[in-house]
Amino acid sequence: MYSEKVMDHFQNPRNVGEIEDASGVGTVGNAKCGDIMRIFLDIDEEGRIVEAKFKTFGCGAAVAASSMATELIKGKTIEEALQVTNKAVMEALDGLPPVKVHCSLLAEEAIHAALWDYAEKHGIVIKGLNKPKSDIHEEEDASGIL
Amino acid sequence: MIYLDNAATTRTAPEVVEAMLPYFTENYGNPSALYSLGATGKKAVNEARRRIAGVIGAKQEEIYFTSGGTEADNWALKAAAEGSAYKGRHIITTRIEHHAILNTCKYLEKRGFEVTYLDVDAYGRIDLAQLEGAVRPDTILISVMFANNEIGTLEPIGEIGRLARKKGIMFHTDAVQAFGQLPIQVDELGVDLLSASAHKLNGPKGIGMLYVRSGVKMGSFLHGGEQERNRRAGTENVPGIVGFGAAAARAMDKMVQKAAVERELRDYLIGRIEAEIPYCRLNGHREQRLPGNVNFSFSFIEGESLLIMLDMKGICASSGSACASGSLNPSHVLLATGLKQEEAHGSLRMTLSEENTREEMDIVVEELKQAVARLRNMSPLYEDFIKSTQES
Repeated sequence: MYSEKVMDHFQNPRNVGEIEDASGVGTVGNAKCGDIMRIFLDIDEEGRIVEAKFKTFGCGAAVAASSMATELIKGKTIEEALQVTNKAVMEALDGLPPVKVHCSLLAEEAIHAALWDYAEKHGIVIKGLNKPKSDIHEEEDASGIL
Repeated sequence: MIYLDNAATTRTAPEVVEAMLPYFTENYGNPSALYSLGATGKKAVNEARRRIAGVIGAKQEEIYFTSGGTEADNWALKAAAEGSAYKGRHIITTRIEHHAILNTCKYLEKRGFEVTYLDVDAYGRIDLAQLEGAVRPDTILISVMFANNEIGTLEPIGEIGRLARKKGIMFHTDAVQAFGQLPIQVDELGVDLLSASAHKLNGPKGIGMLYVRSGVKMGSFLHGGEQERNRRAGTENVPGIVGFGAAAARAMDKMVQKAAVERELRDYLIGRIEAEIPYCRLNGHREQRLPGNVNFSFSFIEGESLLIMLDMKGICASSGSACASGSLNPSHVLLATGLKQEEAHGSLRMTLSEENTREEMDIVVEELKQAVARLRNMSPLYEDFIKSTQES
């Protein structure tokens, strides 16, 4: 059901991990729905994304979308990164099954959430960026250990 | 390939296929026909019926062939409800039934029947006191599955049967997972209606049956010709029925040995996973459990990812995660046992057969350990958990 690109990015995900003292971190999604994405950004003084990493809890498509999204924004300016939409992520993955389209939306939201965090930390306003709507910390109790 | 999805379907046994083949190209006559080619088919159908009746201690004429377990469940509930509607319109079932039962109940609710869905405990067992308390003067049917398809939990069928008999209520059990796997005697258990399917016991797909106790008032499900004593019209699926009969006879011969092999493999696999993979939980009952069922939840990871990773290593299993099922919600069975949504998303079901080996179980454990570790390594939930343990 997944394209070869999706399978490749699931099997060999790019940019898995964390960035210590990241310029911005965004977490979106909800464990109850089965998807959480966290994107870490390292942004230099010129406003260019020099490093992007991710951690994702979710299905194969969610992992692949996170991997592709971080690939697409690496080396881009903030303004350019804002143009990386869910559609761009989907196209780069050669498409997603209809029930998995929300995974690419989540990737877009995660980028925006990380940029929002960066803007807040640095007291700047990024044109065209709205406050992210989903944040797991609002309703999650600790992470449901068995 | 290591196949661990026998609750979904099984490999058709070569001897079953062998038994079926002549009924496609040689003995293809319609069993309703008068000439001898038809009579050969009719004889084969009745021989299969006799064998299948023998599995559950029923009379031959109490077995009605259907297209599978889903049709048997639909028929049992709809016909029993309609046939007893003059006495009352209340049905009791459980929250963990297969969707063939749950969605049929929803259909009946839209048509004026009331349905009580019994809770289950953390192991998936119903509470007999809750069942007794749910019985009303207008209760006409109790339907409780013999064994759950996801977590393998066995329900107290004998006790339910006794209660149903005492109260004069019809009792149906969906035995799709248990038929031919465990000893079932309908008279001892007090079962009036029982659904079964051939492809769960190395028989062909597309054939099942409904046992209807003699004297039970039941309307027909399919209207048409006079097949199946006027209760289920349509030319008999002769090759399928012959295959079902052969599979039933095979299952009876092998039952004790097969269950023993599966239990040993099951307990070995459960033991190793519990000892070697942290933050996991066995779903279902430890003893009251189908011989081949293993179901675990692994914290911090999602089931579909795990399935794909196992598939890449040639291991076929299934999951109760929403993504794996293509729906928005994770398994209703796991949620009914009290699991949180995120725990239900991280479930893995492995259902064994007697053809699996201990060496395969060792491979599965090794691959599972690696896959779980890899997914946890990329899970923000695991990251948060590790940080919270370091802080405290």
